[in-house]
Amino acid sequence: MGRFVFQRLIQSIIMVVLVATFVFFLGRLTGNPVDLILPEDSTPEDRVEMIKTLGLDRPIHEQFLIFAANALRGDLGTSIRFHEPAVELFFSRLPNTLYLSVPAMLVAVLMAVPLGVISALRRGGLIDKLSGTIAVLGIATPNFWLGILLIFVFSVQLGWLPSGRMGGLANYVLPSITLGTFLVAGFMRLIRSSMLEILDSEFVKLARIKGLSETTVIWKHCLRNALIPVLTLWGVFMAGLVTGAIVTETVFAWPGIGRLTYEAVIYRDFPLLQAVIIMAAVMIVFINLIVDILYAYVDPRIRFD
Amino acid sequence: MRQLPWIPIALISAMVIMAVFAPLLTSHSPIEQSLATRLVPPAWDERGSAEHLLGTDHFGRDVFARLVYGARISLIVVVLSLLAGGGVGLLLGIVSGYVGGRLDSFLMRLVDAAFTFPAILFALLLAVTMGQGLNTLIIAISLLLWANFARVIRGEVLALKQRDFIALAKVHGCSPARIMAIHVLPNVMNTFMVLVTLNIGVVIVAEASLSFLGAGVPPPTPTWGLMVAEGRGRITSAWWLTLIPGIAITLVVLAFNLFGDWLRDRLDPKLRQL
Repeated sequence: MGRFVFQRLIQSIIMVVLVATFVFFLGRLTGNPVDLILPEDSTPEDRVEMIKTLGLDRPIHEQFLIFAANALRGDLGTSIRFHEPAVELFFSRLPNTLYLSVPAMLVAVLMAVPLGVISALRRGGLIDKLSGTIAVLGIATPNFWLGILLIFVFSVQLGWLPSGRMGGLANYVLPSITLGTFLVAGFMRLIRSSMLEILDSEFVKLARIKGLSETTVIWKHCLRNALIPVLTLWGVFMAGLVTGAIVTETVFAWPGIGRLTYEAVIYRDFPLLQAVIIMAAVMIVFINLIVDILYAYVDPRIRFD
Repeated sequence: MRQLPWIPIALISAMVIMAVFAPLLTSHSPIEQSLATRLVPPAWDERGSAEHLLGTDHFGRDVFARLVYGARISLIVVVLSLLAGGGVGLLLGIVSGYVGGRLDSFLMRLVDAAFTFPAILFALLLAVTMGQGLNTLIIAISLLLWANFARVIRGEVLALKQRDFIALAKVHGCSPARIMAIHVLPNVMNTFMVLVTLNIGVVIVAEASLSFLGAGVPPPTPTWGLMVAEGRGRITSAWWLTLIPGIAITLVVLAFNLFGDWLRDRLDPKLRQL
């Protein structure tokens, strides 16, 4: 177990270093980053001054060492737009994204699990066809467009729910549905196919022969095992969640990391975007690391593979 | 032929015709502004006019014209990014599967990493560093696509490698490069085509989302995602600006996905898990 954790830890660190290096060189190779950092109305003197302060007149490997040294101290530059350290901005917006992700995940699970299970049980039945349609439609509807559609129906036409920004519980409804449904289609298909496989396996037959009630067999024996592939694909869902958050927070003016990323893009705030990407990489990699370790702890097959 | 998916085929054809014959379908320019005819509702609305079938936007540009020319951009992006991203994935998948060993485990690590890291972040970064444009967009979307292609193709190649004709080619003295090009490549083309069709929808959604986030082809070039984004602020007064391009996106993606599913079942049923 110790060896497994160590290996995964090293891999995670390598991944973060790779992302940071990629981001660094992309900023340097596509022109002088000064032009990305300086406001448009700055003078040539400002430019020279800025090149000096940032050390951009030095050879690139030296620059990289400075960048790396600063990054290790938690300094990823200052946002042009907000005039604040980018890392601090990231952490001040992080809680808002987490507040949104929890109900969104809940929406995703509450929709995907029952639909996935029932469509596997009644294959070809009405619910199977219906959830198949939902999945196909869900994939075909871009997240931002669904958000706008929900705003149009429930805020503009019916006037039932607020169209965005943080606030009371009602403000959470539309954004969590938008972000949640982003994950539903994938979740549901996965649960359905792994349920189908498990329903066919020996231990389920045994459980039935033993005379266990159908409810116990399905919701306890089958579902538990069917959720394993969902857990293994956790990392992929995390990536989906981040993508969904950027779009959803933009549509609903939700002041989280996703919205911050969008602002960094439209204001061409390179230092901020660079910081957000590196911090997101750190978070994703380490959450995946923790999930993997927990998973290996629960399922010994993984450890020894 | 009865089982052909006619509705998806009709929708896809409609889009392709729109894209190819855009100048013949509308006399309006998609980018020329006309402040006299701002925010005219679609023709079926009582305030609408027959002149502008789907109404006009806040710059007085004809929505139908923008939709038609936008289809063109979407199709260009689809073709180029699938050629680039799918091509890279195909190449890496074949090499990784056939050569095996350390190269294979390295490439597959990279694929795993690509799956867990949201490619959209790199796409946004590219838009900021390289500037918005068609090239940037193609590179960004290719980054999103290659890993899936590489993974699936590699799996196919691993199975192919065990087959007798590959062993015979080896005995015959074929170089690995020749075997990959002449014996492996044609045998994964079916899978490749299925992957291409299944990913057309992914590309359209990605293009629209990146345009929406201000990282796509820059305005005033009409794209569906940009139309949704631009109309968003006016959803209370001018619903047609966002709803019409949005519906177009959903319908087209739906059509491509259904067509892709059909093709997969036809050509390669074992890919059903995709």
